[in-house]
Amino acid sequence: MAEAQNIPVGSTTAGAIAVAAEADSTVATRMSAPPSFDVADFPVPHGREEEWRFTPLERLRGLHDGTATATGEGVKVAVEAPEGVTVETVGRDDARLGRAGTPVDRVAAQAYSAFEQASVVTVPKETVLTEPIRIAVHGEGGTAYGHQVVELGAFAEAVVVIDHTGDAVLAANVDYVLGDGAKLTVVSVQDWDDKAVHVGQHNALVGRDASFKSVVVTFGGDVVRLHPRVTYAGPGGEAELYGLYFTDAGQHQEHRLLVDHNVPHCKSNVAYKGALQGDDAHAVWIGDVLIEAKAEGTDTYEMNRNLVLTDGARVDSVPNLEIETGEIVGAGHASATGRFDDEQLFYLMARGIPEIDARRLVVRGFFAELVQQIGVPDIEERLIAKIEEELEASVA
Amino acid sequence: MATLEIRDLHVTVEADNATKEILKGVDLTVKQGETHAIMGPNGSGKSTLAYSLAGHPKYTITGGTVTLDGEDVLEMSVDERARAGLFLAMQYPVEVPGVSVSNFLRTSATAVRGEAPKLRTWVKEVKEAMERLNMDPAFAERNVNEGFSGGEKKRHEILQLELLKPKIAILDETDSGLDVDALRVVSEGVNRVRETGEVGTLLITHYTRILRYIKPDYVHVFSAGRIVESGGAELADKLEEEGYEAYTKGGASA
Repeated sequence: MAEAQNIPVGSTTAGAIAVAAEADSTVATRMSAPPSFDVADFPVPHGREEEWRFTPLERLRGLHDGTATATGEGVKVAVEAPEGVTVETVGRDDARLGRAGTPVDRVAAQAYSAFEQASVVTVPKETVLTEPIRIAVHGEGGTAYGHQVVELGAFAEAVVVIDHTGDAVLAANVDYVLGDGAKLTVVSVQDWDDKAVHVGQHNALVGRDASFKSVVVTFGGDVVRLHPRVTYAGPGGEAELYGLYFTDAGQHQEHRLLVDHNVPHCKSNVAYKGALQGDDAHAVWIGDVLIEAKAEGTDTYEMNRNLVLTDGARVDSVPNLEIETGEIVGAGHASATGRFDDEQLFYLMARGIPEIDARRLVVRGFFAELVQQIGVPDIEERLIAKIEEELEASVA
Repeated sequence: MATLEIRDLHVTVEADNATKEILKGVDLTVKQGETHAIMGPNGSGKSTLAYSLAGHPKYTITGGTVTLDGEDVLEMSVDERARAGLFLAMQYPVEVPGVSVSNFLRTSATAVRGEAPKLRTWVKEVKEAMERLNMDPAFAERNVNEGFSGGEKKRHEILQLELLKPKIAILDETDSGLDVDALRVVSEGVNRVRETGEVGTLLITHYTRILRYIKPDYVHVFSAGRIVESGGAELADKLEEEGYEAYTKGGASA
């Protein structure tokens, strides 16, 4: 049950739907240790654990085994916020840290155990922002641990853009805490230099009738491994999790999602799309959705699509849906990995369109529906430009 | 005057780990302004001829020549053939998710014409061509062939034919799967292009029905990978009455 599958390039996975009779979730039990804020509670992974078996541990630069020591000027964080938003730098003992979720693996716990200061961004209740909050995380070539909190009071509305650039070895977690009726859109862009390593857990706690939209965009880095996770604090919450990745030769990009439907009458919709090109490009997508016994009226759907542009790339796509109650509105999942469709290419070329332009049209088309979901125009434009840039590199 | 010359064309395809010869020496000359109907039973190789001329990678040319105004078509890539003036209206047009019809048409017209059409005249040109084919303007904002009905797909193919103005148009079973109304609209579109006298048309079909709307100058019977008989429009009447039996039961191999 809930067993992961290796998906050879070009094939499709059906994933797993498990109907659990007992309260113990396999989503939880297949982790090698229960969640904890303390790194000491997790054994050093050896690579065969369910949660680590796709990840190249030797390329994590010591984040997983305690040998990665923070350097002074590892990563610079700059927060640019419109009026009415509070931006604070706080110590480890601040009570507002760690409320949205508990680290589920050793690197997330390492980050939580090692950071010295955290950043807390607060949007007061009923404050509706018209400009995004921008958080620039720039790697200066060092090693760093971090923690970021974004909190929205009741009925507040905000867009947050977190932009990761430069070179770093970074383990950092993010908490999103949404008050009742709040609306938060977060765009996290991983536009790292080629050598960067970035591991993190993004926890969202969605308040009663609140809406959370996450857009995770991963282009760069040597290894990027993120855990976007959602739980609900009250009924009526909605979560939309969108992701877009473009995995090049030698890159490892891993997105491991969990939506825990722990209260009744909440919605979730997950859609991740990736394109891969080049030797040893490796994308991993794990989509866990858990509908707990008490979560009646749940409506959930998750989808992952991969477009493999060249030989030598690999995709592991594993959707898991675990249902403990039948009293739901809907639950479904889909995963498909396909090669670049030669028939599409032929059709476009038969209309006089040169191959490079035809490929560009198809890949842009593949990502178009997701890009349109972002709703932040300058980010949409930047993404399209970035996709074009990646394609230029592939055709050249 | 543009002329497409096909000489002794042999084509193979890989299927079930074996190489199979589908076209076994096709000879045909199509001149601008002429309409040729190629008729034949299923599996005779009609569509292979169409896709080989367009350059589909699935087919391997093992012998013969194809020239357009003396230029070697077989040396050209798929897009070069289209820009040289060959057009294939496909039997099963492919869905291209996320690419709108309007974007696709403009990209294609830009490629074929060698420059981007002026926006104002282009919008008018597309709008009028769509009206003539009884297409809803909203159609332009849909994704290419995605969720199109059979009739919509064929209209969209003929729309491209009208806009791209090729020298030689190959229509691969454009009539298949159409009801009478759609067949009439599509045929009228083809006839508008033919009446310009600028296009040579190769109409590939299994049925004689479409020939009531599009009158061919020549009819060729295709069987077992070759043209086995050629004649005028009257040959279609004979096929209508007698079917392909005479050609499939030994007649073709004689």
